[in-house]
Amino acid sequence: MSTTVQEREPHAVSGGETALPIVKYNDVKKSFGDLEVLHGINLEMRPGEKIAIIGPSGSGKTTLGRMLMTLEEPTSGTIEVDGELLWHMERGGKLVRASEAHLHRMRTKIGMVFQHFNLFPHMKVIRNVTEAPRKVLGLSKEEAHERAVEMLRKVGLEDKLDVYPSKLSGGQKQRVAIARALVMRPKVMVFDEVTSALDPELVGEVLEVIKEIALEGEMAMMLITHEMDFAREVADRVIFGADGLIVEEGPPSELFENPESERLQSFLRRMN
Amino acid sequence: MELDWEYAFSILPTLLKGLKTALYATVVGFVIACVAGLVLALLVRVRVKVVKWVTNAFIEFVRSTPLLIQLFFLYFGLNKYFQLSAFTVGAVALGIHYSTYLAEVYRSGIDNVEKGQWEASRALNFSKGRTWTSIILPQAIPPILPIMGNYLIVVFKETPLLAGITVLEMLTRSKNILSRDWKPFEPYTMVGLIFLVLSLTMAIVFELMERRMNRRFTK
Repeated sequence: MSTTVQEREPHAVSGGETALPIVKYNDVKKSFGDLEVLHGINLEMRPGEKIAIIGPSGSGKTTLGRMLMTLEEPTSGTIEVDGELLWHMERGGKLVRASEAHLHRMRTKIGMVFQHFNLFPHMKVIRNVTEAPRKVLGLSKEEAHERAVEMLRKVGLEDKLDVYPSKLSGGQKQRVAIARALVMRPKVMVFDEVTSALDPELVGEVLEVIKEIALEGEMAMMLITHEMDFAREVADRVIFGADGLIVEEGPPSELFENPESERLQSFLRRMN
Repeated sequence: MELDWEYAFSILPTLLKGLKTALYATVVGFVIACVAGLVLALLVRVRVKVVKWVTNAFIEFVRSTPLLIQLFFLYFGLNKYFQLSAFTVGAVALGIHYSTYLAEVYRSGIDNVEKGQWEASRALNFSKGRTWTSIILPQAIPPILPIMGNYLIVVFKETPLLAGITVLEMLTRSKNILSRDWKPFEPYTMVGLIFLVLSLTMAIVFELMERRMNRRFTK
């Protein structure tokens, strides 16, 4: 990898505008034991861009998002976030694994919503959302509370502040999880199959909330999803991955209406 | 064989003094066990292999040797250099011995916290220490409190071993009474009854606590 922060110039990205990408994967590979699940991913996201990542299960979609959230370390290749290497630092002209302090600093730009919500069961809803702003960002109790209530209002749960997560429906839990991630004001957020664990009748309320957030614009979003209609509606660009590679990408209209590759054609047939 | 109840009650005040010492040793020992047990449980999880290995070896060693031998070793052997009271050595030995068991209890509690909790903590950028104190331990400990309560009772029941190093707990006091009055049944019966009553009481209290907690802490 010769890509370093100093060398890299701002460059043109799809859409013709010139902007520093908020996220950039450079030939990223990932293996679990002997099994390589990602075979060299190159991918860029512009600030505020909404991308949907679709593809069959086992294609490595989730791993892609988890590496961005620093939950999985790439086996090789680099990821840049906001112009800085995520998993690496330069030391003596060589790339070395980033320190915990570096990762900590980088993580302030990244957020994630999980398939299984992962709410803190021992905390009421409000504290689920205020805990990180207080303990990580160092906000005062009042500030954190104010921000948290604002986010919970945004996801339509301002009447559930003093309830434990166990008393909420799956859809409500996921909306709290979204508020909890949003309150940290990341520049890019990973939504990892956030509706896959929900009963079908609860999917809509969660997607609705995500659509609203998408419309606000500033935050880049990586939507790893099986909901094709949702991807079509929200995403600026759709990435189709299979077998650890990006097979096809483009604006949703193109990708869904005129899929080029045989893989995508058969995938879309199966999804419909 | 008739028990002389009048005599039995006449020696009760002396025995209760011993009970006070025993309870004191139980509390001090148990607090040490809880703190040291948590430290051991955390050390086992340290990524540095040497730390993990040494901690596991220590736990194995302490568990595989009898508490009475440890007491003798610490009091008659090592304490030459420290000159601590028999009570202090006894309470510390109880604490260290049971810390190795509590470490295992903590481990099971920590392992039962879902993986997603660690991931959410990382995603929200909590520091390692904050993840432990705010997220992991508050979920790991409530479910293991009943088991910890059981260990408190076990520690209490082990206090007669401190007689071996001259601590004036109930057994030592019974032996002293015995050598004065030559009536063996009353003191030992009374000590047995005191243990029975207190252990049962503690067990019932913990049972009630557990039930209350289960109601409160349903996920």
